[in-house]
Amino acid sequence: MTLIDWLTVPFTFEFMQRALLASVLAGAVCAVLSCWVTLIGWSLMGDAISHAVLPGVVLSYLLGLPFAVGALVFGVGSVALIGTVNRTSRVKEDAAIGIVFTAMFALGVVIISRISSDTDLRHILFGNPLGVSDVEILQIVVMTVVTLAVVAFTHRDLTLYAFDPAHAHVIGLRPRRLEALLLGLLAVTVVIALQVLGIIMVVAMLIIPGATAYLLTDRFERMMLIAVATSVAASVVGVYASFLLDVAPGGMIVLVQALLFAAAYLLAPRYGLLARRAGARRAAVLDTAEAAQGTASAERVQG
Amino acid sequence: MTTPPALEVREVTVRYGDVLALDNVTVEIGRGVVCGLLGANGSGKSTLLKTIAELVTPQSGHVRIHGLPPAQARKNGLLGYVPQSEQVDWAFPVRVIDVVMMGRYGHMGLTRRPRKSDRDAVAEALERTGLTDLAHRQIGALSGGQRKRAFIARGIAQGATVFLLDEPFAGVDKPSERTIVRVLREMRDEGATLLVSTHDLAGVGELCDEAILLHRRVLAHGSPDRVLVPELMLRAFGLEEPA
Repeated sequence: MTLIDWLTVPFTFEFMQRALLASVLAGAVCAVLSCWVTLIGWSLMGDAISHAVLPGVVLSYLLGLPFAVGALVFGVGSVALIGTVNRTSRVKEDAAIGIVFTAMFALGVVIISRISSDTDLRHILFGNPLGVSDVEILQIVVMTVVTLAVVAFTHRDLTLYAFDPAHAHVIGLRPRRLEALLLGLLAVTVVIALQVLGIIMVVAMLIIPGATAYLLTDRFERMMLIAVATSVAASVVGVYASFLLDVAPGGMIVLVQALLFAAAYLLAPRYGLLARRAGARRAAVLDTAEAAQGTASAERVQG
Repeated sequence: MTTPPALEVREVTVRYGDVLALDNVTVEIGRGVVCGLLGANGSGKSTLLKTIAELVTPQSGHVRIHGLPPAQARKNGLLGYVPQSEQVDWAFPVRVIDVVMMGRYGHMGLTRRPRKSDRDAVAEALERTGLTDLAHRQIGALSGGQRKRAFIARGIAQGATVFLLDEPFAGVDKPSERTIVRVLREMRDEGATLLVSTHDLAGVGELCDEAILLHRRVLAHGSPDRVLVPELMLRAFGLEEPA
């Protein structure tokens, strides 16, 4: 077997092509959302939405509907419920999130325990990109295209909301609407990635790419590109490695993402651990230099 | 027909739960005026600014901006707001120029793609606040004073005519403070109205045309030398010596 064969053979199988397509699309669209999720501090919210869709997925299965329908209903419903509990009681937001998503997840577990045991709970919980059907691929493609189209039109407003919702309000935009839009997009991306990673790990795709990119740049547009690049790379490498090593593809994808994060955490040129350590050693020297420069530029401003 | 004042606050009362933050506050400020908003911690300065911007909803009373309801004034881009430093995520991956460009969003199409007029307005605002050389720095890489100037530049690029500034001199070095004072007075000379909350009583006379002394209620409103008198200071700040 030549090297080329070794690289291409896995993808001569149709199930591998579908797995790759689903993983790459989910990775890309989740990476885009992950930038706002990590900057706003919505990681727990992403985790909550992904768990809360379980009863929706199970009910879709029972009613013979596309899984995305039930998942979306329960995803969006849970976000609304979290917001209501938070606004209308003295319970803090993280507690409201914790209550709603565990309750929804529990509802799903109870329903599953009541129906026939041949429903494969493992696939819902841990994902199975190798088992994605043509219909499911179609759902994933449609949801990805719609999400990316909405993002293309609204990304500047969403970033403004993430950075300074008060300013958005003051210049006549509606931050509450932008928040609702972003949460809606979050629910859709959870559903897109569900098939690939499963309920438990889906949140990885909504956090790790954004967090990795955040360590590598100070510009939002670049952060988005880096997040998408690392996430897509993780999907390709993860699916491929899962074939060669005969291990779970969802787990492999998340592991590769985590490795990329670890690399950025240690080696990022400015915000990596090693650079910061080195920076701290030089700090005394730099401080003196910067103080002198600061005075100079302040004087120029005055002049 | 008389022109309405730039800013009108009428019988505004705000409560946070059981805490009375503003008690029946009525204030009118004309056009082309810098008005200092003075008071001790917890006297309701930030709450008043937020109420004018409708970031806080009053239990009673109303606000008019150039005679318009606040929502209409905001939609027309009349209102600018410079938040307290504590309210900003300085580690956010935006550059100074990106922050100032956010002032232009109300002028742009739905996708907020900047046009030449937007880029020109941003360049001019950066120039006036002395930030041109720092335009491509990440916002958190600036000093305290430069950060304030960036948010003021955002309001200039926006073309707002009523500005609310919450503690623009807190944590600001002297050179930046001089720049800010100069820029605010230029804006005033061009017809803008500025309501500036501050702890810095010493600087009030230099910057402000009038001053409001707040202690949940309006204790005094007039020229700085009539407001900054020992008797009123004692009532507003209690036993605390004015800084």
